Amino acid sequence: MGRTLSQKIWDDHVVRKGDGGPDLLYIDLHLCHEVTSPQAFDGLRLSGRRLRRPDLTLATEDHNTPTLDIVSPIADPVSRLQVETLRRNAAEFGVPLHSLGDADQGVVHIIGPQLGVTQPGLTIVCGDSHTSTHGAFGALAFGIGTSEVEHVFATQTLPQNSPKTMAVTVVGELPADVTAKDLILALIAKVGAGGGAGYIAEYRGEAIERLSMEARMTICNMSVEWGARAGLVAPDETTFAYLKGRPHAPKGADWEAALAYWGTLKSDPDAVFDREVEIDAASLAPFVTWGTNPGQGVSLDGAVPDPAAFPDPADRTSAERALAYMGLQSGQKMRDIAVDWVFLGSCTNGRIEDLRLAASVLEGRRIAPSLRMLVVPGSARVRLQAESEGLDKIFTAAGAEWRHAGCSMCLGMNPDTMAPGERSASTSNRNFEGRQGKGSRTHLVSPAVAAATAVRGRLAAPADL
Amino acid sequence: MEKFTRCSGVGVPLRRSNVDTDQIIPAVFLKRITRSGFEDGLFAAWRSDPEFILNRPPYDHGAILVAGPDFGTGSSREHAVWALQNFGFKAVVSSRFGDIFKGNAGKAGLVTAELPEDAVEALQTALEAAPGLTVTVDLEAQTITSGELSWPFGIDAHTRRRLLDGLDDISLTLQAEADIARFEAARPAFKPVTLPV
Repeated sequence: MGRTLSQKIWDDHVVRKGDGGPDLLYIDLHLCHEVTSPQAFDGLRLSGRRLRRPDLTLATEDHNTPTLDIVSPIADPVSRLQVETLRRNAAEFGVPLHSLGDADQGVVHIIGPQLGVTQPGLTIVCGDSHTSTHGAFGALAFGIGTSEVEHVFATQTLPQNSPKTMAVTVVGELPADVTAKDLILALIAKVGAGGGAGYIAEYRGEAIERLSMEARMTICNMSVEWGARAGLVAPDETTFAYLKGRPHAPKGADWEAALAYWGTLKSDPDAVFDREVEIDAASLAPFVTWGTNPGQGVSLDGAVPDPAAFPDPADRTSAERALAYMGLQSGQKMRDIAVDWVFLGSCTNGRIEDLRLAASVLEGRRIAPSLRMLVVPGSARVRLQAESEGLDKIFTAAGAEWRHAGCSMCLGMNPDTMAPGERSASTSNRNFEGRQGKGSRTHLVSPAVAAATAVRGRLAAPADL
Repeated sequence: MEKFTRCSGVGVPLRRSNVDTDQIIPAVFLKRITRSGFEDGLFAAWRSDPEFILNRPPYDHGAILVAGPDFGTGSSREHAVWALQNFGFKAVVSSRFGDIFKGNAGKAGLVTAELPEDAVEALQTALEAAPGLTVTVDLEAQTITSGELSWPFGIDAHTRRRLLDGLDDISLTLQAEADIARFEAARPAFKPVTLPV
């Protein structure tokens, strides 16, 4: 019987087969940031262990970093200590680090692909659940906790139980006004926020094949938002063209050897998935969330649902709580919801194509005076690229704030937070209670919807302007 | 790691589903660089309500948390496990856990016990009817008992074995050092390295 893509990558990384237990997998790339690594470095020191492969490890500063002033020391002493701890640890253990102010600093899941260290067929881990982003390259990439970070530091391996596999086939073609973000939000609403638990998802089908690398990253990024361990897309010409010439991409004979291997990275025609889900791309419309988990979403054309309409009692209770928290009434039209903030950025939608799309909507327009819009590029290089294209001028002329790179308002560990009761349209990945500041209310949206909402002051698509 | 065979303590019913790790501990509490001191961040937003269950005796010294489905989804922060442990929890019971949370719990020594949804409901009802009721999680026998109620629970066999033996994963893996070295020697040359180019 044939094997799926994820099974092939898995098999190529088994250091030792588990005897009824987990397999020991080799890890090709370990990405780190300041929040989930300090206790792991401490663990190495306490046990007198070395970091086995600093040359397969890469660190950056992103979760805590300010987006306004990146020159002065970080004002919050606790954030500063965490960032300084990473700098000390990276120096002590020889880990390459892209610090604030470095052109390659940025959200960890944006800089990996940008540098070309994210490649097809790799196993990639990071102490961050959105590591699934790297699956867009046909890599097996998943988030881990701090104990596992220490394990990878010490051994460059991880014991893992083999997850089940799921095929997510997106047939047909996406309508012109529907983005990758709408597609993934619609999928999560269909399968539920826990629907992928225990699975590795392979996104496939015509609509996926047509997507750019950046759009594929948006899709794979949110795999964890429906519970999947990882999500991936088979590498193809789009993938290879994206990688060619990047700083860490293979060169010369290595490029040819890599291409030959990468070409084998697809599910065999007779491979059997444990579960299959199909979505019709043509049926999709711009999609937004109304609740407090990413599965609580609806078409922008729709309305806030009636909790009583949910057949499952747990879903009903969850919807009731969500409406109370979000300050919404069932039946309220999504387009009638006014927001206080628009956040454009994050590892989901902080790449250059996202900024270009939002800028194309904002060009020649002003944002509503009732709200603030933060534009936070995913990396310092994305910021530089946007400035070279004049996008920063479009954003500031429209009244938005042009910031430095980092995770920013996606999770509000830095000063970019909302006050209790404030509401956002956010291109990030989580609408959890309090995610963007205590008492904050988040609607997840695409960059196009974010920009149109900023102009109209209420949830909107560009076609509404 | 300390061996875990069984533990008994006050059961706390948490009637919420999709309790993500941002609820268990919000991001602003993640800035410590130690593994301790996270108890103040546990369910921080909910605990500002004096009526929240963990603010009320006898639940305020709970040891076994009994939660709705999909507990521990979202962010990979192991701080969520540490916050529960720092507060005094030894085990969490739910019908389904977030994958990464479950992995983290197993590494850090917090038992995640899986029961069918109707059993979780029945246990929650019992704990509400008799506040302070003791729940016993027996990892050796793989059972949960409370008063007259008793169920076998689900947990990954390898994790169970490791917790029972109190084994350190890294030491175990380092016994395979020769296998790791052999694997590394055979890795293709085109694989990337992170050192500056």
